[in-house]
Amino acid sequence: MELIEAIILAVLAASTPLLIAATGELVTERSGVLNLGVEGMMIVGAACGFAGAWLTGSVFVGALFGIVAGTMMSLIFALMALGLAVNQVATGLALTILGVGLSGLIGAGFVGERITPAVHLHIPGLTDIPLIGRVLFGEDGFVYVSIALVIGVWWFLYRTRAGLILRACGDNHVSAHALGYPVLRIRTFAVMFGGACAGLAGAYLPLAYTPFFIPGMTAGRGWIALALVVFSSWRPGRLVIGAYLFGAVTILQLHAQGWGIGIPSQFMSALPYLATVIVLVLLSRARSGGSTAPAALGTVFVPDR
Amino acid sequence: MQLVLEKRAERSNTIALVSPLIAIGLTIVTMVILFAILGKNPLLALHAYFIAPLTDSYSLQEIAVKATPLVMIAIGLSLCYLANAWNIGAEGQFLVGAVAGSWIAVKTQGTDAGAWVLPAMFVLAAAAGALYALIPAICKVKFGASEILTSLMLVYVADLLLDYLVRGPWRDPNGFNFPTTAEFDSVATVPLLIEGGRLHLGSIIALLVVAAAAILLGRTIKGFEIRVVGAAPRAARFGGFNANQLIILTFAVSGALAGLAGIIEVAGPVGHLQPGISPGYGFTAIIVAFLGRLNPLGILIAGLFLALTFIGGEQAQIAMKIPLDVTKVFQGMLLFYVLACDSLILYRFKLSFPNRQVARGTH
Repeated sequence: MELIEAIILAVLAASTPLLIAATGELVTERSGVLNLGVEGMMIVGAACGFAGAWLTGSVFVGALFGIVAGTMMSLIFALMALGLAVNQVATGLALTILGVGLSGLIGAGFVGERITPAVHLHIPGLTDIPLIGRVLFGEDGFVYVSIALVIGVWWFLYRTRAGLILRACGDNHVSAHALGYPVLRIRTFAVMFGGACAGLAGAYLPLAYTPFFIPGMTAGRGWIALALVVFSSWRPGRLVIGAYLFGAVTILQLHAQGWGIGIPSQFMSALPYLATVIVLVLLSRARSGGSTAPAALGTVFVPDR
Repeated sequence: MQLVLEKRAERSNTIALVSPLIAIGLTIVTMVILFAILGKNPLLALHAYFIAPLTDSYSLQEIAVKATPLVMIAIGLSLCYLANAWNIGAEGQFLVGAVAGSWIAVKTQGTDAGAWVLPAMFVLAAAAGALYALIPAICKVKFGASEILTSLMLVYVADLLLDYLVRGPWRDPNGFNFPTTAEFDSVATVPLLIEGGRLHLGSIIALLVVAAAAILLGRTIKGFEIRVVGAAPRAARFGGFNANQLIILTFAVSGALAGLAGIIEVAGPVGHLQPGISPGYGFTAIIVAFLGRLNPLGILIAGLFLALTFIGGEQAQIAMKIPLDVTKVFQGMLLFYVLACDSLILYRFKLSFPNRQVARGTH
């Protein structure tokens, strides 16, 4: 029992940054923009988040720093890909390269420092319920935020008029523009939301997952988040399943080392990346009948006024 | 007030040539600001980055040594990008090439194997790089899986494979437990061009690759096909060009070049296989490819320039204690400016004042 509970807790912790970053990217892609810079925004969020928490002693301020940093990064992307109509793939790559450098620069002074990580919820009585108590009522704030975020995004996309317009921009920007909707402005907000989420997801790593900062600590999670959006066929519900599955693969890898299975640790560490490739292939294959991606995804739009 | 883009009637050729220079200029201006924020004298820093490495023969050789893998990888990537295939996993193909080539070096270590060792290492590395690149290419062509994500995931896998080998089966027993293979035998080492220097045969190979790419793109039907498929996919279909076949081809060539660059780096400047053989060559080569306008000669110049920033960054770190990560920030920023300036080739920028549009009811 103890072990199962520990594993579930660990899976939730490993999944949360993936879920937050992927939810943000899902909104961005639903508006028709492919921002490949998630890894870059995340890693800057991690450095700024840690810096914020270390300077103020508050995890909450750290998280805010992460969100602001991610949003600023996404604004650079928006200026390039939306303002100047630059190829989105190339701009996203540039954002990641820049982010890795910036994060190293910002975080250089904080390597080796420690902070008090985010506290876990504790409701007397409820949290003490065996098995489900700590899973449901004993998480850190980020886990609850991630769930609220994905529910909120689902509600926004499918239950509000603004969500409908955002999806319209992603599926047919020419029509949306002809109907009088400010496509570029809507996309800018969607990109900023994606950046804020990526920054928060990055900040989660040094604020809750580990209490310290190391350069390159996102280790490709931003890219896995991008793959998760494809995995989810751009739907929030499936995104939750995908994120927890990938969190489970990550944890399996850690535990397998503890169980003393005679497989070299590097092979187990490669699992999440190999799983991503296999999942992408299987899904793309299953979907050969037609793509579920937003029709205008990744295409440049220049309004002709 | 808002920025409006207006499509140019035709590509501006003058701006196409000038735009990388504008981008470099803008990057330098931004760097000056960054140096000032870091509390370093911008003029001294710029001198350390761009002038100092050009003043002695040791640094000049270092620039050529660093440019060699960058140029080789970027030439391959440019073929992919021209054909609209997004290989961004060159870093992994580089590492796999290094591993595959090193296998021969490790197996023949201390034997009396002859001069065939190095060429065999080259061939095996190129083949391994090509095969590794074919995984995302085939996943793309057969199943429609995004080559961007799959090629990138494989970078992490290659990194872990190398890590496993040098910590496990290939570790040098006399290496004080460091994760590295033993130094390669001299038959498994890339020969130097200058006695006592660092410049090696790999630089000549890189130049040959540039020449071959220039001929391929400028003088052959295949090169024409690559460019048409990338620039006008519809026209290419009418012309009977097979886009999928070109994805396979360009990925294979680019993987082979990255793999070859990997073994040249390991059997040349490094001398043994160990983790961290690449300071992100595979990713920096993406910048080189774009800065060089996906043109072989441009890539050669861009590769030398990016190599200069690596060496300059090291000098700035030693002389002025400027963190090495500034070089990465610099490179990322350069790519942004290059892409932004490229936009000028296709569009004219105009500032418009939306107040005038209110009457028409927009926004």
